[in-house]
Amino acid sequence: MESAKAIIETLHAKFSPGILKVDHSSDMPVVTVESSIIHDLIRFLKEEPAMGFSFLTTLCGIHYPDDPLPLGVVYHFHNLEKNLRIRIRTFVPSEDPQLPTVTDLFSAANWMEREAYDFYGIVFTGHPNLKRILNVEYLDYFPMRKEYPLEDPTREDKDDRYFGR
Amino acid sequence: MNSKQVNRGIAPEGIPGPGFFATTFDRVIGLARKNSIWPLPFATSCCGIEFMATMGAHYDLARFGSERLSFSPRQADLLMVMGTIAKKMAPVVQQVYVQMAEPRWVLAVGACASSGGIFDTYSVLQGIDRVVPVDVYVPGCPPRPEQIIDGFMKIQELVGNESIRRRNSPEYRQLLKNYGI
Repeated sequence: MESAKAIIETLHAKFSPGILKVDHSSDMPVVTVESSIIHDLIRFLKEEPAMGFSFLTTLCGIHYPDDPLPLGVVYHFHNLEKNLRIRIRTFVPSEDPQLPTVTDLFSAANWMEREAYDFYGIVFTGHPNLKRILNVEYLDYFPMRKEYPLEDPTREDKDDRYFGR
Repeated sequence: MNSKQVNRGIAPEGIPGPGFFATTFDRVIGLARKNSIWPLPFATSCCGIEFMATMGAHYDLARFGSERLSFSPRQADLLMVMGTIAKKMAPVVQQVYVQMAEPRWVLAVGACASSGGIFDTYSVLQGIDRVVPVDVYVPGCPPRPEQIIDGFMKIQELVGNESIRRRNSPEYRQLLKNYGI
């Protein structure tokens, strides 16, 4: 736990105005940061010997429709030597959701960023092959965004009254 | 009791006589076809597991002349779609159907193949009848092997009673056209 605190302090010292929130209440430190510093921060986490977060566990999109910056990406990193984990969150506006890719730092981010693009429409600038990965190519919306219904929109035989809608 | 007694199937309508039996091509071809249907199993999920039981020794689909599964659509008579078909899989189902030679039949096994089932969602095809014409639907989630056999026997009934001219009829052509085939 001490080293986790030290890591947060180091991040504060280096990226202070860009770090919006730090939360220790969950299973690992959750750091919410400005989208403008995300790439530098992830590079620092990976390449700085004192950080050593060499493993990108996962990366996913998220949508809070009522927030001022509704679309976000959550990155999980793992320091395999010290068995430390950290969660980085960053948010972008839904009109022009752009984030720099981290595929230059972690090859594993390639498919994960494609998935986040596929389901949330977050554009990762600099990504080598940003196209849909799981859904059909002709899908014309991003299905995990809250403004779209989860149900198949082409069905006409369902009466909304029987489905609580 | 006569030990040489054999069970005979029901003969089609016709004129019997000593040494001959006269009937129509429709009937005799239908009789031959319905007892030698080669199914192409398109199994994508749990209904496929039920189909494995159906093919196995206990339920034994071979009793109906279908022990020879055709894993090439070219030689198949019956497309059995068993399981959830994702929208991404829909063109594959249609292509398999197109590759089958006429006459061909389609059996939709289970709730998902029939209507999308519980998966009323953006990624799942809401029934395979959106991409290929379906002859018989088997309900159930998943259906028991008895139900699959019942659906198969319904297909046999259709095959046995089908006019040999049906596939050339303008109605049938129009049906395929509606599916863009």
